[in-house]
Formats: sequence, structure tokens, C-alpha cells
Amino acid sequence: MNEHAQATGYNFAYLDEQTKRMIRRAILKGIAIPGYQVPFASREMPMPYGWGTGGVQVTAAILGPDDVLKVIDQGSDDTTNAVSIRKFFARTAGVATTTKTVEATVIQTRHRVPETALRSDQVLVYQVPIPEPLRYLEPRETETRKLHALGEYGLMHVKLYEDIARHGHVATTYAYPVEVAGRYVMDPSPVPKFDNPKIDDCEALQLFGAGREKRIYAVPPHTKVRSLDFEDHPFRVQTFKDPCALCAAEGVYLDEVVLDDRGGRMFVCSDTDYCEERREAGHRGHLAGDDPLSPVGRGRVAEGDRVREEHKSDSASPSPRPSPHRGEGEEALP
Amino acid sequence: MAAHAFANPVFDAQRVFRAAMNALSRPGTLQTLDCDIAPPASLPAELAALALTLADHETPLWLDATLAGSREVTDYLRFHTGTPITANPREAHFALVSDPALCPSLHSFARGTPDYPDRSTTMFVHTSRISVGDGLILSGPGIRGTATMSIDPLPPAFAREWIANRALFPCGVDVLFTANGMVTGLPRTTMMEAR
Repeated sequence: MNEHAQATGYNFAYLDEQTKRMIRRAILKGIAIPGYQVPFASREMPMPYGWGTGGVQVTAAILGPDDVLKVIDQGSDDTTNAVSIRKFFARTAGVATTTKTVEATVIQTRHRVPETALRSDQVLVYQVPIPEPLRYLEPRETETRKLHALGEYGLMHVKLYEDIARHGHVATTYAYPVEVAGRYVMDPSPVPKFDNPKIDDCEALQLFGAGREKRIYAVPPHTKVRSLDFEDHPFRVQTFKDPCALCAAEGVYLDEVVLDDRGGRMFVCSDTDYCEERREAGHRGHLAGDDPLSPVGRGRVAEGDRVREEHKSDSASPSPRPSPHRGEGEEALP
Repeated sequence: MAAHAFANPVFDAQRVFRAAMNALSRPGTLQTLDCDIAPPASLPAELAALALTLADHETPLWLDATLAGSREVTDYLRFHTGTPITANPREAHFALVSDPALCPSLHSFARGTPDYPDRSTTMFVHTSRISVGDGLILSGPGIRGTATMSIDPLPPAFAREWIANRALFPCGVDVLFTANGMVTGLPRTTMMEAR
């Protein structure tokens, strides 16, 4: 018997053993059929739908006492969702938690893939709102199931084509559909398309949990994950004109942070751990100041919270629509 | 000593599951099954560990002739997992094979449907020796390039049947091979050829 289980009155990691077995079976099927959404008997969790109930159940089913858990919410370790899920498992499982990507063995994420390359001893668990990539194109589950069974993804190509017809380019910037291992089209969860190349041929196992929609799916390590595109409109990721204002990183995904009510703004790493590591290593952006924990640096966290809270109320709904980033410049090949 | 199941059901099952998860997501690697159990003599401990970890009242279990013929084995599995034991491989969620020679054709098990390819049998096959290197060349999801692996002995006609199983994708069965406290996975996505 685990001391934390005794303290809280719950089983280790909250879920009962029968539930864990059921989830574990779904995870094994998901691994065997990459990109296929395995139905599972999602439980009610002590948090509302939209706050990561799917990810939490997957994490609870794989977590052991020796694991080190990291939780991020749009790249950040210090927002409400990330902090409360980390505390939840520290309390019900007694596991060590960390904000450092390199120290973690299990990383639960909402809408980002860490900038630091993942290792083979790590598992990345995604929180997924709508797992069905075809859902907005075909509302009937019976039909989308048939389309997946037949490998019939013409609808998705039509959608991407309509983007081109209307905007001159594929305007989908997040939850950008991917084809996994040459078969299933999968929603990579609402990560920015910037992160799609990191899902491809990843060292770590990637598991996806959708609590409300009751689906689990997986991408095994070293699996081909191709973002859908056209020969004359190849897939491109976002690029940013300026480096991170705090750590001067380039080639990373940046968040816009409003500084005042006169149009002042800065662009900083969305991955807070990556940004902090770089500042500790002495990298300085143009707004960083001299001290790694300068008032600007601390101010950013509070400021960032507010901005991300706005994102959350936006994207917790079934149809997340983050506002487009003004800092995004030309798109570049991955 | 009397037969017993996991000494610590929560943590033993978690460790065995992680071994199975790693085995299935990284074909061509060996994972250690680390737990304290004492199943009846004719049931290999590795198979018992996997069954105790994954089977319950929702998952009909198929047993090979040796296991199905042993009252101790069926009592042990029924008592500790509550699993219904079925004689029909088509309705089995899991299959326990204690000797590759007793393994029926892969085609006799559930392979799922195009709508629900997950409604398939996962087979746990105990063999004499599994090791990395030699023998089989594996490729597919979970493997960087190719991996080599030796599973000795394989069930009869396995190499040929596996090609047919692979061709059924996304339907098909998945197999976990065990030997000497180790487990290795062969998900339906893995391509296999003899060297």
C-alpha cells in the first residue's frame, strides 16, 4: 500500500485497477494500430471536460512510483491547468514532478510538443479535445468510422484545397491533419503546425487521450507522420521574424505577450522550460536585462499567465480558435 | 509453495504493463518482466504476469490445450482475474500459448473488422529463447530502420502466416513473445523476414 493512497483514500494515481486495465488495453491497441482512435470507457474525473481528462486518465494508467512527471499547458509549466494536474498526481501518486523536460519520464501536454528533443525513455501524453480529424467535415460517427475503414480521406484534401482557393495557401495553423504510418489520418491535437515535424520519427512514444470523446490513440516511436499537403503547396511551418525577446532563441514557437495598452508587445518562447534553460546558459534577448531572474523575467511569467488564460477560455471550447499570431512571418519548409 | 498472484497488485501490474507497452511500441527490443508471482507449474510465470495485468471479466481468454487441460491453471486464472475462459479463439481478447508447438494458426483468432480493427486477439506466446540479433529482420513503426531478433522456436508456419497477418492491416493479431523473464512485441505493423 502506497502512503499517498492511504493519505488521500484513493488508489495509487486516483484510478481503480479495473479502469487502469481497461485504459492499458486501449493503449496497447493504439500502439499496434498507429493513428487509429481506440474507443475506451472514459471515466468522470475530478475536473471538467476540456481540462485534460483524457490525458490525465492515460497518465494515471501508465504512471509508476519511479516516474518523474512534467505537465505543460501550451508550452508553459506554470499555468493553472499544468500546476493543478501536477499537484493532482503528486498528491494521489506521490510521484516526483519537474518542470525540466530532460528530467521527466512522463510529460503530459496540452497543445505543444517541447522544443527539447525527446528521448526513448520518455512518454509524451497529449490532451485531446476532438480526436476525430474529420468531425467538422462529417458530423456522423458512423460515417467517419467508415471513411477511416476505407482509408477515404478525400474530404480532408478538399478542405485543405478550399483553404488554398480562398486564401492562396493552406490556412490551417493548428490541429493540422497528419497521416500516420501511411494509413490513418490523425488529429495531432491542437498543437501548432510548427510542432508537426517533431511528431514525425520521434524517439519517444506518443499517446493521445480524449476524455469527453472517449478515444485513445498513439504514435509509436520512429513512426512516419506526414502532414497532408499538395505537390504544388508543400507543408510549411510558421516562422517568426524576431528571436525570443528573453532568450534570443530562433526556430522555436513564440507567444505574443501584450506589455501595455499602447500597442507594446513582445514575442517569447512558448516553451517556458526551454526559455529558462537558455537564459540560465547565458543567452539574452533584447528585453531580458542582465540578471537571469530580472524583474522583466519575473514580470513575464505573470504577464504570460494572463495571456494564456485568455487562450484557455478560447480553446477549452470544442472548437479552439487561437487568434493568429501577429509575429508570424513568412512560412518556411520544415 | 502454494500458487499466488502479484504480491503487490498495483505496482507489479504497472511494471508489467510498462514492459508490455515498451515491447509493443519498440519491436526488436527485450523488456524485463519484473514481478513476484508463483503460478501453477504448467503456466509460465511470464504468461501469468501478462494475464494478471491485462485480463479481467471483460476479456474472454483462450488457452492452449496444455493450459486448458489443467484445472489448477484455469482455477488460478479465473480466481485472480475473473476472466471468462473461452474455447473459441475468435471471441478471445487474449490468448495464452505455453508452447509454440501448440499455437494454432493465426487466422483462427479474432482479427478485428475494418470499422473496429481493435476488436482483435492479442496473443501471449511463451517460447524457449528470445534474443536481440540474428534470425529475423524486423521493420516498421517503433523501429529505427531495421532491427534483428531471434525468437526460438517460432510457432509452426509463423513466418508465412505473419506476412498474411501484416497484409490484413489495420486488422490482424498482435503477439507478445516471452522467455526467461523477458518479453518482446510483434505488433501487426511489424514486417518480418528471415535472414
